[in-house]
Amino acid sequence: MSADFLISVIITIVGASTPILLAGLGELVTEKSGVLNLGVEGMMLVGAIAGFAAVDATGSPWLAVLVAAAAGAAVSMIFAVLTLSLRANQVATGLALTIFGTGLSTLAGHSYTGRPIKPFTTIFPDVLAAHPFGRVLFGYSPLVYFSFIMVALVAWFLNRTRPGLILRAVGENDHSAHSIGYSVIGVRYGAVAFGGAMAGIGGAAFPLVLTPLWAEGLTGGRGWIAIALVVFSGWRPTRLLAGAYFFGLLGTLELYAKASGTIFTAVLPSEGWAALPYLATVVVLAIISASKAGGGNAPACLGRPFTPTA
Amino acid sequence: MIKLNRRSFVAGAAAAASLPMLASRASAADPLKVGYIYVGPINDGGWNTAHEAGRQAMLKKFGDKVQSQYVENVPEGPDAERVLRDLYNQGNRLLYATSFGFMDSAVKVAQAFPDVKVEMCTGFKPSSNNNLSNYNIRFHQARSIFGTMAAMLSKTGVGAYLATYPVPEVVSGINSFTIAARKVNPNFKTKVIWINTWYDPAKEADAARALIDQGADVMTQHTDSPAAVQVCESKGVPTFGQGSDQSAFGPTMCKSSSLDLWGAFYTTRTQAVLDGTWKPEDTYWGMKEGALDIAEIKNVPDDVKAAALKIKQGWIDGTWDVYSGPIKAQDGTVKAAEGAALNDGDILGMNWLVEGVDGTLPS
Repeated sequence: MSADFLISVIITIVGASTPILLAGLGELVTEKSGVLNLGVEGMMLVGAIAGFAAVDATGSPWLAVLVAAAAGAAVSMIFAVLTLSLRANQVATGLALTIFGTGLSTLAGHSYTGRPIKPFTTIFPDVLAAHPFGRVLFGYSPLVYFSFIMVALVAWFLNRTRPGLILRAVGENDHSAHSIGYSVIGVRYGAVAFGGAMAGIGGAAFPLVLTPLWAEGLTGGRGWIAIALVVFSGWRPTRLLAGAYFFGLLGTLELYAKASGTIFTAVLPSEGWAALPYLATVVVLAIISASKAGGGNAPACLGRPFTPTA
Repeated sequence: MIKLNRRSFVAGAAAAASLPMLASRASAADPLKVGYIYVGPINDGGWNTAHEAGRQAMLKKFGDKVQSQYVENVPEGPDAERVLRDLYNQGNRLLYATSFGFMDSAVKVAQAFPDVKVEMCTGFKPSSNNNLSNYNIRFHQARSIFGTMAAMLSKTGVGAYLATYPVPEVVSGINSFTIAARKVNPNFKTKVIWINTWYDPAKEADAARALIDQGADVMTQHTDSPAAVQVCESKGVPTFGQGSDQSAFGPTMCKSSSLDLWGAFYTTRTQAVLDGTWKPEDTYWGMKEGALDIAEIKNVPDDVKAAALKIKQGWIDGTWDVYSGPIKAQDGTVKAAEGAALNDGDILGMNWLVEGVDGTLPS
């Protein structure tokens, strides 16, 4: 196995992991504030089409990332108004948001089908990426580095800052937070908007980096994987990073194993390789919930509407 | 001028009722309702776009004699039956089910409603009501052109085939590609990957990367989006689109695309229903009947283009058949001896891979 081959595999893994990592980070913050938003897939698709349209119109992938974040945050506000202000059921509203986002992106994307765009490639000079090992470090789109920075930022924010502590307090015990004067609804609006923006960027990674085209349902259900990852991670950003790459690794291994021909498919049939990421999820979830440290880490108020007591 | 009041209306109705000739002509003027179900979005730029173009061609031909509706993104499996029943209940009496996975649902609906006519794309099961036909295009004809070009363009002698599910349509494409390529280069190998989906652009792209990383330097894909074509463009690997012209996604590396032209078929079969001459009969058209073509061949040396066009002409005038013997399966068994050829049944039920394919059929 040559170094070039390994590097290609690594680059594919990074590509597959980045969107679910970005969207998962957003959902993690949302859930930490006590809100369960199942609309990640819909917000990703809205971000994807918004990002595609922005590149198509302006040619700037940087602007496209901003537009995708804004679009994701904007649709998440529909969810926020319904569940936080009007106290609608979060599960049902989140599912509705996915259906809405899927439909909206299809409608908005109708005229963009069949048109390629220029992909968002590396920002580093070609010299750095010329050497194979340089490519592993410098060969990615800026979204990859952004995702790593965001893991660190979110971990630092949640665990080391006062606003992060408040956000966690709101998620763990909304009435206590309220009684000492914090705006539970306000904090949750902010967390939902952040989740929407990150899902939008994660969705935009598809047309900007992975497949520089628009196609309906481009994200292929990865929003659901992002939600599963949050549980998988036990609501910890660093574990989310590991989980996202674990998923990316399994999905990529599946394809490389199959492409290599008979050797791997003799060990495990093709359908087995396809099922592997999901089997692994079940196993890891079982292990996590069996261990004392990992289980029971869900924010106590997750999914519960908050009605302020006067 | 006819003044329409209640009395004259009743009189007119009575007159109409007493004139069965007139009455039947009035009902014949009711447009025939034709329903379509698609497995993906109509603007996928591939399989479903081609079917939708065929539907539009049919509609254009018949004008207001035909009304048509379609449902896109119908999952393969039991849900398709619900959608087909729904289309029937809305008055559609001719149904086109345009993907292999709709077959069992299509058969059930045909059995349930004797007055519906069902056309099942790429299927093979009959209906006991005698109201279901199967139709297909000889997709493997285009694949043999691409196989020839691939072998001439490849330096490593390793080609890749991005495959979805091991259904006969895909299997016969792989075999045709490989047989044709090995007529050019007897050592040519085709690497096959099964991704278990027709449509997931990101996965299609990753699978294409995996194939190229493992040494393939030409590729063809059987999936519904042009994602793999884009990967080939960025990696400088010659490729071929499927279903409709995908050269916009690979301006230099997409050498040609197969073009599924369903319009003539949809027009012919809908006409048969309008004429009252429709009967269940399987249709299996190809380049000769104008149901399949290839897009303009671009960016290849002249000899490659000439070889490709020669095979196309061979399909049209019947002088070339990729499935004429000798044909050996992977395990060495002879499937067609020297001088013999595979028949349509063999092709439509193909569940084995030819010699030269590197990969196995998922069981």
